[in-house]
This record gives sequence, C-alpha cells and structure tokens, in this order.
Amino acid sequence: MDAINKEPEALEAAFQAKVDAEQRIEPKDWMPEKYRQTLIRQMSQHAHSEVVGMLPEGNWLTRAPSLKRKAILMAKIQDEGGHGLYLYSAAETLGISRDEMFEQLHSGKAKYSTIFNYPTLSWADIGAIGWLVDGAAIVNQIALCRCSYGPYARAMIRICKEESFHQRQGYEIMMTMAQGTKEQREMAQDALNRWWWPTLMMFGPHDRESAHSGQSMKWKIKRQSNDDLRQKFIDATVPQAEFLGLRIPDDKLKWNEERGHYDFGEIDWEEFRSVVNGNGLCNRERLQARVDAHDGGRWVREAALAHAAKKEARKVEAA
Amino acid sequence: MTDQKMHFDYLLRLGDNSLILGQRLAEWCGHAPMLEEDLALTNIGLDLLGQARMLLAYAGEVEGKGRDEDRLAFHRDTMAWRNLLLLEQPNGDFAHTMARQLFFDAFQYQQFAGLCSSSDERLAGIAAKSLKEITYHRRHSTDWVIRLGDGTEESHERMQRAVDSLWGYVPEMFDMDAVDDAMVAAGIGVDVAALRGEWDRYIDEVFAEATLSRPEDSWSVRGSREGKHSEHLGYLLAEMQFLPRAYPDAKW
Repeated sequence: MDAINKEPEALEAAFQAKVDAEQRIEPKDWMPEKYRQTLIRQMSQHAHSEVVGMLPEGNWLTRAPSLKRKAILMAKIQDEGGHGLYLYSAAETLGISRDEMFEQLHSGKAKYSTIFNYPTLSWADIGAIGWLVDGAAIVNQIALCRCSYGPYARAMIRICKEESFHQRQGYEIMMTMAQGTKEQREMAQDALNRWWWPTLMMFGPHDRESAHSGQSMKWKIKRQSNDDLRQKFIDATVPQAEFLGLRIPDDKLKWNEERGHYDFGEIDWEEFRSVVNGNGLCNRERLQARVDAHDGGRWVREAALAHAAKKEARKVEAA
Repeated sequence: MTDQKMHFDYLLRLGDNSLILGQRLAEWCGHAPMLEEDLALTNIGLDLLGQARMLLAYAGEVEGKGRDEDRLAFHRDTMAWRNLLLLEQPNGDFAHTMARQLFFDAFQYQQFAGLCSSSDERLAGIAAKSLKEITYHRRHSTDWVIRLGDGTEESHERMQRAVDSLWGYVPEMFDMDAVDDAMVAAGIGVDVAALRGEWDRYIDEVFAEATLSRPEDSWSVRGSREGKHSEHLGYLLAEMQFLPRAYPDAKW
C-alpha cells in the first residue's frame, strides 16, 4: 500500500476494510496508532503474565512430590518461559523493545494477570492452576488465535497447543488428589475454593463495564466478549469438577435449561480491584522477584555484551 | 559388600549426582539473569532429572528390595546419599552456578563417554542417551565461564571467586574406592582417576580463554561415597522430600 500519499481517514478506512475482510495485519502494514498501542499493552501484559506466572509454580518445583511430577512441572514452567519469549518477540514487531517492556513491568506501568498475586499454598494449587487458570487462559487464547494482528494470532496458535497439555496435567493432579487420602481431598477442595473466583475474574469486567472492549472488537483484536468467554469456561468446567467429586464454591451455580448455560453467582469485583491495586498476598513478592532477577542479572548481561564486543574487535584485528 | 550391593551403590552415585544438581538448578526457576537462561537452566535441570529417574529406577531394580525411583529420592536421609559434594553446594550467584556446572559437566562428559561401552548394557544405553545432553550442557557452561571470565571487570572477579571457592570439591570427583575398583574390574564402571588428566587439559583451555587463573590445589574435601556431606544437603532434602514424608500414605 502506498501509505505516504494517502490521507489518514483513507488509511484508516482501508485498514478497517482489511480487518473486516478477515485479513491479517502484519508488522509493516499501516495501522492506527491506537491499534498499535492497544496491542502493545495487551501483548506485553500477556508476556509478563507468562513470566510472572513462572513464580507461583516455581514455588513448588523444588517440593514436587514425585520425580515424575517434578519433571512435568519443570517442562511446563519451561514452556511458559518460552511463551513469554515468543510473546515479547511478537510485541517487538510493534516497535517496542523487551527492555522497555521490562521497565514498564518493573515500574508498575504495565500489568500482568492478577491471578498470579495469589499464593500457592499446597501441591493441590499446582493442580488448580493447571486445571483452572490454564483452562481459562485457553478459552481466552483460542479466541485470540483469530486476532487481526498476524504475529499475535500465530503466537497464540502455537501457545494453545502447549496450554492444553498444561491443563491436562493440572486436571490429572486434581484427579489423583481427589481420589487420594482424606488430607489430599481436603487440599484439592481447598485449592478449588481459593482459585475458583479469581479464575472467573481472569476474563475481565462485565461487558457493560469493559473500557476497551468495543474498539477491540471492531478491530478484531478481541473476538468474543468477556462475559461470553467466562460463560464458556464455566460451562466446560462444572462437569469436570463434578467428575472429580469436588464442590464449586458458588451456591447460585445451577444449570439453566432455558439458556442452555450454567447460572452463577456475582463476582466480588471489590476483591478484584483490591488485588489489582496491590492488596493481594503476593503482589510485592512477585514484582520484587522479577526486579531482583533483572537487576541482579545486569552484570551477567553486561559481561555477555562486553565479551561479544571483545570477540568482535579481535576478529577485526585479525582480519 | 556383595557384587549386587556394589552395583546398586555405583548406580546410586550416578543417579544422585544428576538428581541433586537438577534440584539445585530448579531453584533458579524464574530468577535467572535473563529469560533465555531461565529456559536453558530448566532445560539442563530437566535433562539431569531424566537421567536421575532412569538411573535410580535401575538402581532400585538391581537392589531388589522393591524401592523405586521415588522411594530412593524421597525416603533416604543425608547419610544414605551418594552425590558428589560439589553438586549439593548452594547456587550462589550465576558465576558460582556456572563454575559448579562446568566442573561437573566436563567430568560427567568423560565419565558417561566411558560408560557408553559398559558391559552393563542398560547402563550403557542410559549413558549414550545422556551423553548427547551432556555435550550440550558442557558447551553451555563452557561458553558462560568464558564470557564471564573475559567479560567485564566485575564478571571476571566474580567468576574467579567462584572458581576459587569450588576448586577444593574437584579432587573428590576423581577418587576411586572399593566399589569403583570392583565396577571397573567387572567392566561396568569407569576408572575416574584416569580421567583427571583430560579434565585438566579441558579446564585449562577454558581458563586460558576466560583469562582465569587456575587455583592452587591448597584444599580438598571428600566423603560423599561414605555418606559424609556438607550441611547444605540436609536442607535441600528437607525441602525436596517434604510432601512424601509429611503424607507417607498418599500417592501423588
């Protein structure tokens, strides 16, 4: 497209026509500045969530109860680091560097999924994270596989494949514990009690209160509404909990024949806002751990750069 | 000691080495100096854990008392562990972790290369599979020791300090005792004492490129083959073994 000679309105109209025609927007294509900013916000938040999400699971990696579980969890956490890397690279196509994104995370300007501000207190929490948190992430990410921005959509397709393995391993942990000793069953139920509502919050505010939704839908960054995705997750998960013999902590949860969906109770958005605003049990630890890793690793990164420069200089000298 | 007991003990040493170092690397998860290293360290940890599982499962079978990999991993106390002292040392900074890794990778590379022709075919198979991984581990730790040694002033100092502080754990790797002798005689094991010359050549080359000084052989500690460990191992085990110990009737 010959962008230079066109008026902004014409460019925007051509862009929207392309989106409407279900064509992917690629890094070199013209795009509205707000589209770019929205994607940077969303993709970097997604990448940060993958990386911060390594911490609550890493909390149990050294205490996994069997060598097989340890190996599976290690592979899963490694996948998540890989997803982070992949998403940072995809976000970089929008003209922001990984260092800038880290800076925004460490200063609090950029967010990560607030679910990771909850603590992992028992091994069952590792099961619950895989089953519920990754389960919710899959529902969100499947929708994103059709996102209008090409690099993001392609990243999502790849990531979804691995996420379904993550969810299965989580469900398997829950299954083993739900069928285990009395103490294990209690741990499993307790984990479900603590993770259920925060997981539902992962889908974001109700559609009527969602600030960015309308524009994102129009740009096809977002393909389905928060409430639709949440309902989809609940409908899929309730039978899974029943199969485990665990009780979902919601008295209002009930199959609605007419709607063909489960009805459920009201989410405590006060708690959501409170945790987002810093009052979760782990907000400070999670962020501090990332800042410490980054700051503590600066000398290593500087050494790598210095060594590469020396090597290059020697090569030039020898030539 | 019977041949069977010695065979068991020999496999246990190999498996414990891999498991304890893998456990230490798992502690880095989410805290590495860069995301790429988070991936690399968990990758290496996973390889080591895989080796440990094969070796401990096999050790349990050779012992014949019904102990599987988890029984051996989670229900032995400090004195029953046979891992090298080097491997239970705390991670320290990234330079420490890389010095520990290089010393062991260079050793394990030679040891497992030898084990590939073990008369114990199952062990030879495990060694052959693992050697591919170890080749990558050794390249990774070698590259980092060189980068840090010949990087900035700060990284050079840190790297030298790490090498100095771990040097006394090196000689133990090359010790031979009655179990090692018997396993060499049976064609199962490797004469590790004979590996020292090649190890020194490799390490000296790395040190030269990294502009690091080879420490003097002024101290050495040993004892892991008789279950004598540093105090660090007890804490590592307390953390690793917590769940199966706290809930002995549970399956996970």
